[in-house]
Amino acid sequence: MSETSVSGSGSGSGSSSGSSSGSVSDDNRGEASGGTTGATIELESLTKRYPGNPQPAVENVSMEIKAGETVIFVGPSGCGKSTTLKMINRLIEPSGGRIRINGEDVTDIDPVKLRRKVGYAIQSSGLFPHMTVAQNIALVPKMIGWSKARIRDRVEEMLDLVGLDAGEFHSRYPRQLSGGQQQRVGVARALAADPPVLLMDEPFGAVDPITRDHLQDELIRLQHELHKTIVFVTHDFDEAIKLGDRIAVLRERSHIAQFDTPEAILTNPADDFVSGFVGAGAALKRLNLTRVRDVGITDYPTVTVEDPLQDIFDRLRESGTNEILLLDRRGRPYKWLRRGDLMRARGSLARAGTLVHDTVTRDATLRDALEAVLTDNAGRVAVTGRRGTYEGVVDMETLMNSVHELLEADRLDALEHQHDLEETRATQTHTEQEGFGEVGGRA
Amino acid sequence: MNFWDFLGSRHQQLLADAYQHASAVFQCMVVATLIGVLIGVLTYRSDWAGNVATLSTSAILTIPSLAMIGLLIPILGLGVPPTVTALTLYGLLPIVRNSIVGLRGVDPALVDAAKGIGMSRPARLLRVELPLAWPPILTGIRVSTQMLMGIAAIAAYASGPGLGNEIFRGIASLGSKNALNQVLAGTLGIIVLALLFDAAYVLLGRLTIPRGIRV
Repeated sequence: MSETSVSGSGSGSGSSSGSSSGSVSDDNRGEASGGTTGATIELESLTKRYPGNPQPAVENVSMEIKAGETVIFVGPSGCGKSTTLKMINRLIEPSGGRIRINGEDVTDIDPVKLRRKVGYAIQSSGLFPHMTVAQNIALVPKMIGWSKARIRDRVEEMLDLVGLDAGEFHSRYPRQLSGGQQQRVGVARALAADPPVLLMDEPFGAVDPITRDHLQDELIRLQHELHKTIVFVTHDFDEAIKLGDRIAVLRERSHIAQFDTPEAILTNPADDFVSGFVGAGAALKRLNLTRVRDVGITDYPTVTVEDPLQDIFDRLRESGTNEILLLDRRGRPYKWLRRGDLMRARGSLARAGTLVHDTVTRDATLRDALEAVLTDNAGRVAVTGRRGTYEGVVDMETLMNSVHELLEADRLDALEHQHDLEETRATQTHTEQEGFGEVGGRA
Repeated sequence: MNFWDFLGSRHQQLLADAYQHASAVFQCMVVATLIGVLIGVLTYRSDWAGNVATLSTSAILTIPSLAMIGLLIPILGLGVPPTVTALTLYGLLPIVRNSIVGLRGVDPALVDAAKGIGMSRPARLLRVELPLAWPPILTGIRVSTQMLMGIAAIAAYASGPGLGNEIFRGIASLGSKNALNQVLAGTLGIIVLALLFDAAYVLLGRLTIPRGIRV
């Protein structure tokens, strides 16, 4: 039996790698419906040389990525970050070094097999224009031989996961989608076969800033549900701060200038290169690191459009606030109703109140929330969950208090860190980075 | 005898010729398409091979059709073999060129994506590259067919099948009362066939080009 396997010849590097490969795919199969969580990735002195070029494009990159972690490669264009990423699924074959995923050495296995276990999403989505959304998503499950019924269920599940209505988008073609929707489908396709690892190569580089923001929020929400190991390449440091558990700031030839948490990089850049890359306004950027979920969301009196008018009047009267939030049939914020609005509109819900024009998700950063609150004339913004349903409200007061606490905590952290640094210097150790990493970790 | 009477009295012969003409062109197109796309698939990835393929097929096209058939007669004899060989060779250029252009025109990002999600080389070719290159290839096939319709008439010179026989017979008996009618009937027949084939290709395009990339 062992001799008949075709794939055996591809992964013939050693018996140990063969057996661990089996266990990885078994895990995949076993938990596919429940979701495979991340795998570790180890890069060991990864190098890429191109013929005719004396300087390697990527030189000696070593890095350990923990299971379930989101790691961002950020750096100027041409620094080799994309090349490094593509070496993980061997779209670019490394000239030297090893790659291990979940402890399994994948440097010499059949690249096609490897890539089916590693999700891949690229800029401008890479959807195949001649296939429908469903066909695009079904590609990898089909290739690894899932049953038709299972694939169908999975496609629905994936569309739902990325926040697209399965019935509506299932049989559309990519060109009938907006850029943001295409990108969502791209992510759905990458995740369809439930790979433990997801590689993303500037996936949001080609969409407009507003959509990009939404997609980033979506990715954060997804990652909260899925716990994949994500390696994400971008040249946008703000995006890196927003998405990353850890950020690898890369300089030319993919040399790691600093590999640490966003907080640590912001408050203590390793050198001039990193601080140059962080750019100005580090304090404001700090707001990007805290999310709406971390601050108090206040509950607000709500009614739905289906409630009888009398109930709405009653709620308005008995609520302590001056206004209530009207939700639509699907529980999404629809209008702010003030006292008297209904009277003025002669009891017509269609005409009363002001439309909700901006909402934030729980995963939105405080900066987004602040932005939304500042632009709202009453200084509050509705927080929504999946499919835009109402979850609560954040107002100016909550934000100000949280920001105040945040900055205070940071100041203390920095002081403590300063102290630590002095201590470590005093003890003449060379572990400044690690010492810092523990102190500066997320509070 | 006017043209309509001529058509009436000879319609059986004309229909048989037209059928043979169409069937010869159709069969040669099938062979030319298979060979042409295969050449395209084998050569599009290298600049050098692609150029050689395009150049050599266009060199074939510059050979006058009468000379080509004349040259093939001593090798393959009279009748169907030289006709099929000549038509297939002439049909190659547009198909080879459009296959190469079409396959090279596939967005590299899509090929990258196909690779990245774990499609093997044959799967990439069959499921991504060829379907995306299909519209230009189909255009090549259309152009080829139009061309072969005309060239197929020359096959009568080698006693081949088709409407060319009417034309040649007419030319050979110029001056006789039906000469002009014969030439006219053959020519018009070819035009009608060409239009019918073209309509069939439009239909084929509607059926085979996925909605997502139809323009």
